[in-house]
Amino acid sequence: MILHGRSIFQGNAQGETLVTSQPISFFGGVDPEKGIVVERGHPLEGQCIAGKVLVFPTGKGSTVGSYTLYRLKMNGRAPLAILNAECETIIAVGCIIAEIPCVDQLPIQEIRSGSLVQIDGSVVIVIIEDPAIH
Amino acid sequence: MLLNPEQNAMLDGSRGYATRKAMQILVALGEIYGAERMIPVSSVQIAGVSYDNLGEAGLQFLSEMADGGGKVCVQTTLNPAGMDIENWRSLGIQPDFAEKQGRVLEAYSRMGVSTTCTCTPYLTGNRPLFGEHIAWSESSAVCYANSVLGARTNREGGPSALASALTGLTPEYGYHLAKNRRPTLTFQLSTRLKETSEFGGLGKMIGEHIQVSKGIPYIKGIQSATLENLKSLCASLATYGGAALFHMQGVTPEASSFTPPLEQVEVSQPELESVMQSLNDATAAEVDFVSLGCPHLSIHEIEQIARLLEGQHVKKEFWIATARATRQIADQLGYTRIIEAAGAKFAADTCCVVAPIQGRFTAMATDSAKACYYAAAKNKFKTLLLPFDEVVRLALQ
Repeated sequence: MILHGRSIFQGNAQGETLVTSQPISFFGGVDPEKGIVVERGHPLEGQCIAGKVLVFPTGKGSTVGSYTLYRLKMNGRAPLAILNAECETIIAVGCIIAEIPCVDQLPIQEIRSGSLVQIDGSVVIVIIEDPAIH
Repeated sequence: MLLNPEQNAMLDGSRGYATRKAMQILVALGEIYGAERMIPVSSVQIAGVSYDNLGEAGLQFLSEMADGGGKVCVQTTLNPAGMDIENWRSLGIQPDFAEKQGRVLEAYSRMGVSTTCTCTPYLTGNRPLFGEHIAWSESSAVCYANSVLGARTNREGGPSALASALTGLTPEYGYHLAKNRRPTLTFQLSTRLKETSEFGGLGKMIGEHIQVSKGIPYIKGIQSATLENLKSLCASLATYGGAALFHMQGVTPEASSFTPPLEQVEVSQPELESVMQSLNDATAAEVDFVSLGCPHLSIHEIEQIARLLEGQHVKKEFWIATARATRQIADQLGYTRIIEAAGAKFAADTCCVVAPIQGRFTAMATDSAKACYYAAAKNKFKTLLLPFDEVVRLALQ
């Protein structure tokens, strides 16, 4: 499956997806030292985003969240790439300052958790779709 | 987005690392929000100053931008820091925090930012004119600049405001365009407001309404409002509603160019009372921290405190938060001497929202609805919202 989106921060990456249908607040919602989602009641609570292609609809919360993405990167706990339905200011600015490839305007409901994907600029190629095979 | 040759040079790195990073941020935002071009800005206000909010990552980013040759090209001022830059020891700030806060300010200073450290830049010389395009962060000041001064800004975050400072540009979208400044919902008051605490309560009430409906309020029925009333209203509207702009009939400069929207919400005295009551979960007896200056106090408010404290002694920790420049006027006029003789403390450059005071107090009294929100959310204090003069009197009990 090949998906075409809009590039927010240009880059190449290949890795396993972690998908949620809920927005993410990086400030307060993600532990900046460990890369673990800590927002209470979030579907990803307790899961680690480090080294994953993180797929979620959009960002939410405080604008300080941009700095959290930067801090995750400095600690080696950032996602490999971010895929959004609609990117907003916090995630866009965070990806630019932390240099994390980011693509939005994607039909994220078509991407399953545990898939292997490749990101090349604004193009997202789902290489292995079924997590069971992968 | 259409960029001119100079803007393209900024983006391709010919103007250095920091300028390139700044331009990447502005172009991305322009693309997301459908801007067609960049426009020049004449003034910037940067949030993201307190080390308590920035953390090590924020400090690293700012140092990287300063090392990367970042230099502001328009008037740029700063939000409050996490401490009084000179007087931090008396506010109970730890030396380790003070050292890190100092490094944040040094990074900004290297980029040519005026390290004024106030949320009321419009009281200390960064005061844009009607119609001027600016790029401000600090939500209360954004609301004040758009609504009261009639300048034009979006609600910037710290990094995007810095990006505008380093390039002198912002993408043209949102509140920069006249068509996006029209009011959408009328709020009709049937009660007379006087106190800053009441204007803060009104801001909370309208804010919570527009948080859901996403509109621009048009406020009717206010007979008169002071600068202090309006700064309290702006802080509260922004905190509880994310509002960047309102119009007030007979008060704000753009109001007369619109007819009030037909959809109308009535604001009565009992409703306002109940909104203000919702911020009171502390009793007067529980209060161990008294704080005025959210947003930072004007010289007129400091005069009022001096008048109420003269010859008396406070019995509670009492912080008076203001811009250093405003405190220096108070020094000259003799108010500082009266206030400090009464045992109250000036917290210049900082405030109860951004200083690292979590866990130090049980309950805070203030006249600011915004301060109540952060006291509860960030510092886990109980709160008591009172009229300005009563806050001062409570400190004496």
